[in-house]
Amino acid sequence: MTDAALADPAPRPALGEVAVQITGMNKWYGQFHVLRDINLTVMRGERIVICGPSGSGKSTLIRCINRLEEHQSGRIVVDGTELTSNLKNIDKVRSEVGMVFQHFNLFPHLTVLENCTLAPIWVRKVPKREAEETAMHFLRKVRIPEQANKYPGQLSGGQQQRVAIARSLCMRPKIMLFDEPTSALDPEMIKEVLDTMIELAQEGMTMLCVTHEMGFARQVADRVIFMDQGQIVEQNEPEAFFNNPQSERTKLFLSQILGH
Amino acid sequence: MSDTHARTVAFSRDTMLPPVPPPVRETGAVRWLRENLLGGPLNVALTVLSLVAIWWALSGFLPWAWRGIWDASSLTECRARRDELYGPGVPAACWAIIAERWPQLVFGFYPQSGYWRPPVALAVFLVAVMPVLFPSLPRRMLWLLPPAPFVIYWLLWGGSLWGPATVAAGFALGWGVWLLARRGGAGAGLALAAGVAAAALWWWWIAGPLAGTLARGVPLALQPVLSKDMGGFTLSFVIGLSAIVLSLPLGVLLALARRSEMPIISTVAVVYIEIIRGVPLIVWLFTAQLLLNYFLPRGTNFDLMLRVIIMVTLFAAAYLAEVIRGGLAALPKGQFEAADALGLGYWQSMRLVVLPQALKISIPGIVNTFIGLFKDTTLVAFIGMFDPIGLTGSIRATTAWNGIYWEPYVFIAIVFFVVCYAMSRYSIWLERRLEREHRPAT
Repeated sequence: MTDAALADPAPRPALGEVAVQITGMNKWYGQFHVLRDINLTVMRGERIVICGPSGSGKSTLIRCINRLEEHQSGRIVVDGTELTSNLKNIDKVRSEVGMVFQHFNLFPHLTVLENCTLAPIWVRKVPKREAEETAMHFLRKVRIPEQANKYPGQLSGGQQQRVAIARSLCMRPKIMLFDEPTSALDPEMIKEVLDTMIELAQEGMTMLCVTHEMGFARQVADRVIFMDQGQIVEQNEPEAFFNNPQSERTKLFLSQILGH
Repeated sequence: MSDTHARTVAFSRDTMLPPVPPPVRETGAVRWLRENLLGGPLNVALTVLSLVAIWWALSGFLPWAWRGIWDASSLTECRARRDELYGPGVPAACWAIIAERWPQLVFGFYPQSGYWRPPVALAVFLVAVMPVLFPSLPRRMLWLLPPAPFVIYWLLWGGSLWGPATVAAGFALGWGVWLLARRGGAGAGLALAAGVAAAALWWWWIAGPLAGTLARGVPLALQPVLSKDMGGFTLSFVIGLSAIVLSLPLGVLLALARRSEMPIISTVAVVYIEIIRGVPLIVWLFTAQLLLNYFLPRGTNFDLMLRVIIMVTLFAAAYLAEVIRGGLAALPKGQFEAADALGLGYWQSMRLVVLPQALKISIPGIVNTFIGLFKDTTLVAFIGMFDPIGLTGSIRATTAWNGIYWEPYVFIAIVFFVVCYAMSRYSIWLERRLEREHRPAT
């Protein structure tokens, strides 16, 4: 397989196809109403940044999209598959949706290369040799091919997070979820991870990012969503969102995070 | 440094300092002695006191052991030789009992012509588990593992080779059918059912007659040995090693079951673990000896040794389950989530992601349980089996050795210590090795 054929996880599809559709979705933790009547449609190739104060339910929302969290009412349809308690559907969605976590969650007992080939080999049944080629391709793409045979514990935080991104890409996902990917990183490592994400966005990946990196939001987002108390309070294109926020809650939040 | 420099606040280093070795007084044996044995009056006093205690303990034991008599055929003869060599009443061990009863302590009542069989079986066992214990060995050696139990069974119990061979063929057939069904696109459940059915049919209809025919054509047989004739360390090793090998997978399954989100499965696991752990092993052994016969259908006569192996396995599995549950609980939730998010199924994520890490954390506890299990095999002496402890009783019952206690017990203790210490060293080696390879997650 040549590098050219590997270049993009998916060619940028025509806009107009729905990637994720959430309608009237609610979720409770016991008595606590953590997500309230969420309605959100994400088109193919769209880049969405979700922000909001801590405890606003933004992480929970994207974790519902690959069913790391269950929702109790409403519908979530991902890439044409509805998420219910049907295990087959869940596995199907999970193999199409990549996720990058705040704390990387690399497998410490496997090398970087093995981290990247594990799921393709066991879930996609890709032959080992081919899986390793794909993994090396994506490791080159996140600019750490030379670390392939090290263990995650030997890498810096920024390098680990880039491996985590490569690990997700190896499954050739149609949608990528980012759950505060830079929040656990030292300041000097944030940029290398953001650069990788920007590159990915420019290639047309459908992305939902929970992040406080407003520079990233301005640069790549098609839409910014602001959440508070389990609800979507405001959403808009980044220019309008930052320059002309509508709700008082949004204004307060923006003044707090941009003010310092 | 000049006065002006010391008073300025601004500072900028122009040369970086190279690392230098620490002062000699602070390294090596001298420092260790000073810090640990002679650091202050209290430490000096404790050191002297310890030396006295060690001398007191060994001054009796070592001469006694050293003077030991090795060639005698009875305790009386031993005492006579001692009086002759050292004078009457001087303490001297009578190791002659070990020399004279060696075959019995090792093999029990195993037929003498078959004394080569248990050691060969042990060697087969060790070779077969080598690739599991030492990951640096070639993976192809794992193929030795599946046939090993059948070979070991045949070596120990004897009889026709074709009995165990046709049973093994049934497993191979079931596995083959399962594999074919999976390749042919059958679901996991259907493939499993087909495999089990094929193996069962094989065992039910074909295995017996086939084994008989083959035995008539090519008689490959060893002299049959009954379980009740096995004794001594052969018995301890057969029970101990079988239970160790069988209890680990059962313990893993129980630990996973206990953490299961399905309430029935986790309740069953909890009840099992609590009941088994809450009752002493000796009670379970008596149960195995006496009660199982009441519960089992009339006419089934289960070998006592098999019953004991099953009981010890079930007992150890409950402890292992708790040890492994600790390892599972110590894993960050993110590991489970990352495996889920990549689309790995439950068994895949357990096998590839969760268990390798959880078992690694649990190694000290697992080996601890194994060591305890191995020593607990001596309890079978109480249900009339002739393990080394049981044998000392029957040896003492002979007129030649009536009245000898210390020497056989010291010998048995040394053998158990050597085996348990080896397990302990292996676990330390394995931990270090895994520590080097798998750095902790940050």
